[in-house]
Amino acid sequence: MKAKTADRIAIAVIVAIACLIMAVLAALLGYLLFRGVSHISLHFLTSEPETIKTGGGIGPPLFNSIFLLVLTMIITVPLGLGAGIYMSEYARANRVTDFIRLVIEVLSSFPSIVVGLFGLLVFVQFFHLKYSLISGALALTVFNLPLMVRITEQAIRGVPREQKEAGLALGLSHWKTIRSVMLPMGFPNIMTGTILAAGRVFGEAAALLFTAGMSSPRLNFSDWNPTHLSSPLNPFRPAETLAVHIWKINSEGLAPDAPEIAAGASAVLIIIVLLFNFGARWLGRAIYRKFTATK
Amino acid sequence: MSETAFYTKDLSVFYGEKQAIKKISMDFAAREVIALIGPSGCGKSTFLRSLNRMNDLIAGVRIEGEIWIGGRNINHPGTDVVRLRQNIGMVWQRANPFHKSIYENIVFGPRYHGIRDKRKLDEIVERCLRKTALWDEVKDRLNGSALALSGGQQQRLCIARSLAVQPSILLMDEPASALDPVSTAKIEELIAELKKEYCIVIVTHNMYQAARVSDRTGFFLMGDLVEYDNTQKIFTNPSNRSTDDYISGRFG
Amino acid sequence: MNHPVQSDKPEGDRLSRFPKHIREEWFGRVYVYACVALLIVTIFSIVWFIASRGLNPFISGGLNLSDLLFGRQWNPEGEPPLFGALPFLAGSTATSFIAAAIAAPFGFCAAVFMTQIAPKAGRSILQPAIELLAGIPSVVYGFVGLTVIVPFLRNNFTGQGFGILAGSLVLSIMILPTVTSISTDALGTLPAGLKEGSFALGATRWQTIYRLILPTTLPSLLTGIVLGISRAFGEALAVQMVIGNAPIIPKSLFESAATLTSIITLEMGNTVGGSLHNNVLWSLALILLIMTFLFVFIVRVLERRAKR
Repeated sequence: MKAKTADRIAIAVIVAIACLIMAVLAALLGYLLFRGVSHISLHFLTSEPETIKTGGGIGPPLFNSIFLLVLTMIITVPLGLGAGIYMSEYARANRVTDFIRLVIEVLSSFPSIVVGLFGLLVFVQFFHLKYSLISGALALTVFNLPLMVRITEQAIRGVPREQKEAGLALGLSHWKTIRSVMLPMGFPNIMTGTILAAGRVFGEAAALLFTAGMSSPRLNFSDWNPTHLSSPLNPFRPAETLAVHIWKINSEGLAPDAPEIAAGASAVLIIIVLLFNFGARWLGRAIYRKFTATK
Repeated sequence: MSETAFYTKDLSVFYGEKQAIKKISMDFAAREVIALIGPSGCGKSTFLRSLNRMNDLIAGVRIEGEIWIGGRNINHPGTDVVRLRQNIGMVWQRANPFHKSIYENIVFGPRYHGIRDKRKLDEIVERCLRKTALWDEVKDRLNGSALALSGGQQQRLCIARSLAVQPSILLMDEPASALDPVSTAKIEELIAELKKEYCIVIVTHNMYQAARVSDRTGFFLMGDLVEYDNTQKIFTNPSNRSTDDYISGRFG
Repeated sequence: MNHPVQSDKPEGDRLSRFPKHIREEWFGRVYVYACVALLIVTIFSIVWFIASRGLNPFISGGLNLSDLLFGRQWNPEGEPPLFGALPFLAGSTATSFIAAAIAAPFGFCAAVFMTQIAPKAGRSILQPAIELLAGIPSVVYGFVGLTVIVPFLRNNFTGQGFGILAGSLVLSIMILPTVTSISTDALGTLPAGLKEGSFALGATRWQTIYRLILPTTLPSLLTGIVLGISRAFGEALAVQMVIGNAPIIPKSLFESAATLTSIITLEMGNTVGGSLHNNVLWSLALILLIMTFLFVFIVRVLERRAKR
């Protein structure tokens, strides 16, 4: 009888903890949205931040985050695909491969602040890129690349062996088989993984403090010539992203409405990250359905 | 028998330390169907997959011996495997069409090998689909997904796809074992038809199928080629005791 | 015999020593090898660049290692300047271990829930929830910690609310997904017969869990915990926002403290490159780097254990 009572209590505790985790998540999201959403308006989303006055917005940081994400993905995706293809298709089972696997594991374990400091030394100082979007994008590439490699490797490994053999048996070179048979089949998984990775990149701040910088120049949103310093598209200008902006106003915000701005900006950030999450899931399911549907 | 299409000499395959097939010497004639039979694990599929060097993909595999095709030993390390495979079509147990349209499945190979002319490609598609008796069934939906076809149709499409690069040898690894009897019959008819142009090596666990479609039959047991002779002789008057045991269903 | 399909184009390509399929194979290989080479170059340059700056204070003689590791005073502007990093080492260690101690039972229970008790609800509700937790950016965790946890601690306990406990609580939520997913994987790969055998002997679910499942999966669970600690140890902004940033060894969990990452975050931008102060911050970064290698090593050892 005693064992049964203990069992019942223990199971109840486990279920309670599962519920508690759900509750924490719900409370977290609820709190962020409840506090932040009321502050979100078109004006808030488009106007310049203010340092000491009220009424500041998050227009430039929001734009910087999106632009930086695009830049990062342009650099990361081809590199990640290449290394992932190597790991799944060209790597032999030997010590070199074990070593590369270790490299990827270590690279993915580096704290993002360390990656940011590396970016400061190499991109900002050594290559004289200064605090700029491109420095930030390169640092985020280091941060994101191991994940991208893993996503690609798993997606390519998931392709049925018969598909690969079918390509090879037609007299296709290995590379052509990878490119035209295996990559298209792995595409849904690569896509889903990439969107999730993008969400992670979008919210990253520590790697950017000392690479993309903590401030933006006055941007002129009517000047789209990437070579002008005040052009939003200039990749060599410093840029404060949304996540960095949230950190900055929380730790040194002087504007009287700093808490509200932080809440609003956090809500915007979390909404975008949620969109990435749900978008990835939805897209993954949609592509899967399209592939398996027999009309 | 007519001209020899290719032959193997002392072909052995090792998985690590384990020898999967042991010094097999076999010859295959053009315009002939050769069936490879034997209990599962006897090495018949391994042997088949060595003939177009598909076993190279498996880590830890070592292949010894010679495979002579067109005056060249293709088991030589310097062989251009990619070009070799163009000459040897392959069909698998499970139909594996590319996730593309019917048309794209067939032109995929020829296009890669340099044919860009739309008219020529159309011709190839029609010729290959006619050869595999699919043309009338699919000619109105060439741009539809290959995955929408039935299992038997998919398998015939895969045969058509391999014909499109004009091989002279076709390797079939249990091509009908996943199909229903009607589709199986169609595949067998097709093999009889294709025999007029190709040398076909077919692995099958269905002895009736071997008896129906092949000219010669090789019986494999534990990595050895026990007996290789005219199909009729193998099935009526085998000279080896274990062959007799196997085809009369006493084991395997 | 058939002749393989021929190109529309003249014979040139087929006969050349480097026909198309060989050229494209070379292109592919060069491309993927270059990508991998870049990964390797990256990791070596990370180590090289950070080590060369971080070792500077010791080589130039401005500081010796034991003063850094065991010094209790951090006063870079003092006369003489003091660079004792023990408060940060203690802060980082305390926050990450306490966070792991909180997250571990929660993660284990969540994993048990998902694999043993309610797999269906687990997969469709709890799993996505935990993945969402993993997706929330660290500055957002910091913001919530700053506006919810810190005031809560301030109002209910002693002190200002900032401190080790606030940092640990924030970190524990952040590492919960790591701990949970590793535990779930470990529990999911248990042989099916194991559980049935135990039930057949009349054991209850709870007895099965703590007598059989917990001991069998312990190495994997530890892997998850170490990965969690590793992540917590390196987390910068969320901790920095709630820990109070006082370079002292606190006497209680409710007093302001600092961590390696928080001091680097705060002071790296305010020091002049090349100065001793700045170089010592790089030494702290080097310690973070070495800790990463250490954690990866421990995880590998544990994984080898788990496989046996």
